[in-house]
Amino acid sequence: MPFIPHTDKDITDMLGAIGADSVDALFSEIDPKLRDVDISAIPERASEQAITRLMQERAARDAGGLCFIGAGAYEHHVPAAVWELTTRGEFYSAYTPYQPEASQGTLQVVYEYQTMMCGLTGMDVANASLYDGASALAEAVLMAVRANRKSKSKRVLMPASVHPYYREVAHNICTNQDIVFETIGFDHVTGKIDMAALEAWAGEDITALVIPQPNFFGVLEDVDALTDWARNNGALAIGVVNPVSLALLTPPGEWGDGAGADIVVGEGQPLGAPLAGGGPYFGILCCRKTHVRQMPGRVVGRTHDMDGRPGYVLTLQPREQHIRRSKATSNICTNQGLLVTAATIHMSLLGPEGLTNVAATCAATTRRLVSRLAALDGIERVFSAPFFHEAALRLPILAQPVLDALAERGVLGGVALGEFFDGMDDVILVCATETKTEDDLAVYVDALSDVLAEMVEVA
Amino acid sequence: MTERLIFEHSRPGRRAFAQAPASAPAVDDLPANLKRESALGLPEVSELDVVRHYTRLSQLNFSIDTHFYPLGSCTMKYNPRACNTLASLPGFLNRHPLAPASHSQGMLACFHDLQEILKTVTGMSAVSLTPMAGAQGEFTGVAMIKAYHEARGDTERNEILVPDAAHGTNPATAVMCGCKVVEIPTDADGDVDIEALRAKVGPKTAGIMLTNPSTLGVFEQDILEISKMIHEAGGLLYYDGANLNAILGKVRPGDMGFDVIHMNLHKTFSTPHGGGGPGSGAVGVSKRLRDFMPIPVVGREGEGKSARYRWLTEKDVPNTIGRVSTFMGNAGVLLRAYVYARLLGREGMTRVSEFATLNSNYLMARLKQAGFEVAFPDRRASHEFIVTLKKQKQQLDVTATDFAKRLLDYGYHAPTIYFPLLVPECFLIEPTETESRETLDGFVDAMVAIWNEAKADAATLKNAPVSLPVRRLDEVAAAKSLDLKYEPADDARSAA
Repeated sequence: MPFIPHTDKDITDMLGAIGADSVDALFSEIDPKLRDVDISAIPERASEQAITRLMQERAARDAGGLCFIGAGAYEHHVPAAVWELTTRGEFYSAYTPYQPEASQGTLQVVYEYQTMMCGLTGMDVANASLYDGASALAEAVLMAVRANRKSKSKRVLMPASVHPYYREVAHNICTNQDIVFETIGFDHVTGKIDMAALEAWAGEDITALVIPQPNFFGVLEDVDALTDWARNNGALAIGVVNPVSLALLTPPGEWGDGAGADIVVGEGQPLGAPLAGGGPYFGILCCRKTHVRQMPGRVVGRTHDMDGRPGYVLTLQPREQHIRRSKATSNICTNQGLLVTAATIHMSLLGPEGLTNVAATCAATTRRLVSRLAALDGIERVFSAPFFHEAALRLPILAQPVLDALAERGVLGGVALGEFFDGMDDVILVCATETKTEDDLAVYVDALSDVLAEMVEVA
Repeated sequence: MTERLIFEHSRPGRRAFAQAPASAPAVDDLPANLKRESALGLPEVSELDVVRHYTRLSQLNFSIDTHFYPLGSCTMKYNPRACNTLASLPGFLNRHPLAPASHSQGMLACFHDLQEILKTVTGMSAVSLTPMAGAQGEFTGVAMIKAYHEARGDTERNEILVPDAAHGTNPATAVMCGCKVVEIPTDADGDVDIEALRAKVGPKTAGIMLTNPSTLGVFEQDILEISKMIHEAGGLLYYDGANLNAILGKVRPGDMGFDVIHMNLHKTFSTPHGGGGPGSGAVGVSKRLRDFMPIPVVGREGEGKSARYRWLTEKDVPNTIGRVSTFMGNAGVLLRAYVYARLLGREGMTRVSEFATLNSNYLMARLKQAGFEVAFPDRRASHEFIVTLKKQKQQLDVTATDFAKRLLDYGYHAPTIYFPLLVPECFLIEPTETESRETLDGFVDAMVAIWNEAKADAATLKNAPVSLPVRRLDEVAAAKSLDLKYEPADDARSAA
């Protein structure tokens, strides 16, 4: 019996100790009408060898393809040690550290993670993770509504240049609590938030302003001006960041004239999580100390034991659902602990210099790709403002058929933006991380050149 | 044994050179005010420093792989290694979430197969895999219930009924969905108090959230009557799948009349728990909620070798509550659950609940024989049961916490303590099906030995644990002084 150790003798003896005739008798309190179930549609069990073969075949179907897609998930080199260590059984098969004395490994890892995230973002406090970038933004919005006691409007300004899926998730989660999102458009020349559109809200009761850095187009926003605008208008500033970019960019804790952003969220995936078809990733959430009691999710604190030795525990638990129930700051219980473990090991291996090299190499590689692609006939950059490691490019023809043709040649050439934005049917979003060599760039440039030559001619 | 922080291993200029690009090319078009000036706050250590440090930290943990971990309501069963190995095949790990469906057929086939398996084993009409943990599954469930009523113009229904024994996530979720929580008491047998429920059900009832078997470790005997009562009042039923391990392949929530259910794949499908996550809160729905499911969902066209898989969108799920994760939820967790489900097969699934229940009833019987008081002595245990230590508290002045901490010294992770809140000084004990009889016997011996220690000298328990990396930790001080990150300047602390 897979994963069940009982011998026939065990079963007989155990039933004897219970005083039951059969295992089935243990279910006697359940209405017999409910006990006659048909699950024959589920396949019979497969051996480990058979399922290995099936999964190898399926994985092979998804393999290959030179990936220039970003749009919220980024291909980075993950050092071998990261997942070797992370999948040690002691990390992998433990649970939430409800007994801290028996969970010091997990707890110390989270404390180190919190310290690293505060360092990267320049914020005071980090939680022990949320599910992913999009749901972290939703939680940040709910948190801002609780934290900004002066605002009564529950109105949140959401730039159209925030990742479209983040906007959808924030909308789907937050509007259940009567929060209103007002969209702020972007400047079609620079790709940055349209300051005139923002200024139209000056003087209104605004609960929070969401500030993406970089934004969905890869473009760098004027975060100082935006943060100051939020502060001057009584709104909390919620930064949405890519953690790798923070090795190069001013951390949100230093944005603007004041003390920086109030809440910072982001997708943790670029810090050691493989692309893996979309997850598991983890959501980053950091904030200022003044808002710590409004923070969702778990947080680890350092304390001492009966002998005065340092140790770590889950703390501020009265915010959480298992204590506060209907008055909790969030319903979150299980988070993405194992991914936090991987990220902490990943950041330790890279160190400040390694992470800076990764970020700068991504930025430089994308710049080379963009300039080589823009040298092709009919291709141009859509936005003029500086970017981090992604850029929108306009093609001479519709984007999706071009991407399909590239995929047939083994190049995943980016994301077609027409699905998300009006007037962008001919625009793609491309990304080249540190994983892309000069040869890889050449493969992309040649493939696109060939595809366009064929398709433009036909058109 | 304790381990210094990684930051305390740091030395300026040291690094693990092999893992990142050798240098930082100039990026000279960044505006001056956007360029980072401050330090990153990351440690500077060698690769060996990292490997040794995190290996040592791992060794400070209890885990399923090292210890019996009977944490009630958490289903801490063995996590088969094949699940991790096969979910980590390069074709899966390197697949970008926005890769075209043509380059994703392998993964989509696994998701589709998993949807079908979960649908069958729960008796639901359709399954969406996207919620990333149980609590998010609950959120999508209540959001669907709300959307269903609203789509029918039934806008006055904003009350969610929740038994007082429920997990805290249930009331927290209802509030997150903008609903009002109405609490329902439990009767003396551990079932929902059906008359109290009848009094609370009405035209404002949006739905009820039930865990069955409940957190009290007993199967709700009146479930069919409850289901009828709620449906007749126009409400819907939500099944919290935290305890699905108790009935897998044996009884189905769909047959009980539930309209929506979440499954904790990290519990029932062993994907694992990862020190606090990732989980997965896949949801199954009845026919009436099919059109409200969260997306993405995987659809199939054609059969056998010519089958093609694609993402279903708003066009296929017209009333969808939409996306709740950036991409496809915890995709890698879903692959692990799929491998586990295939390794079990249909016979194996039924055996999960049978042997989880056998182990639980055996352990309960043995502890009862040893003199421990169980909360519901006249009921069958489900896959878990409750011991109350109120007698030990009264007679010996030792608490559930004291017992729990001393169990750690004996090499057992403690059961869930002080939950559910209804039972004083309680242990919620869930042994799971993967533990052997010898392990359960060893646990009983430890419980008896600890009780004897308490009779001899309560201080033995009060001072526990004594054999772990740290002794009992001061949680009050942690909340009071709030030290949430390492500050290198704080020398006073490193002297401690």
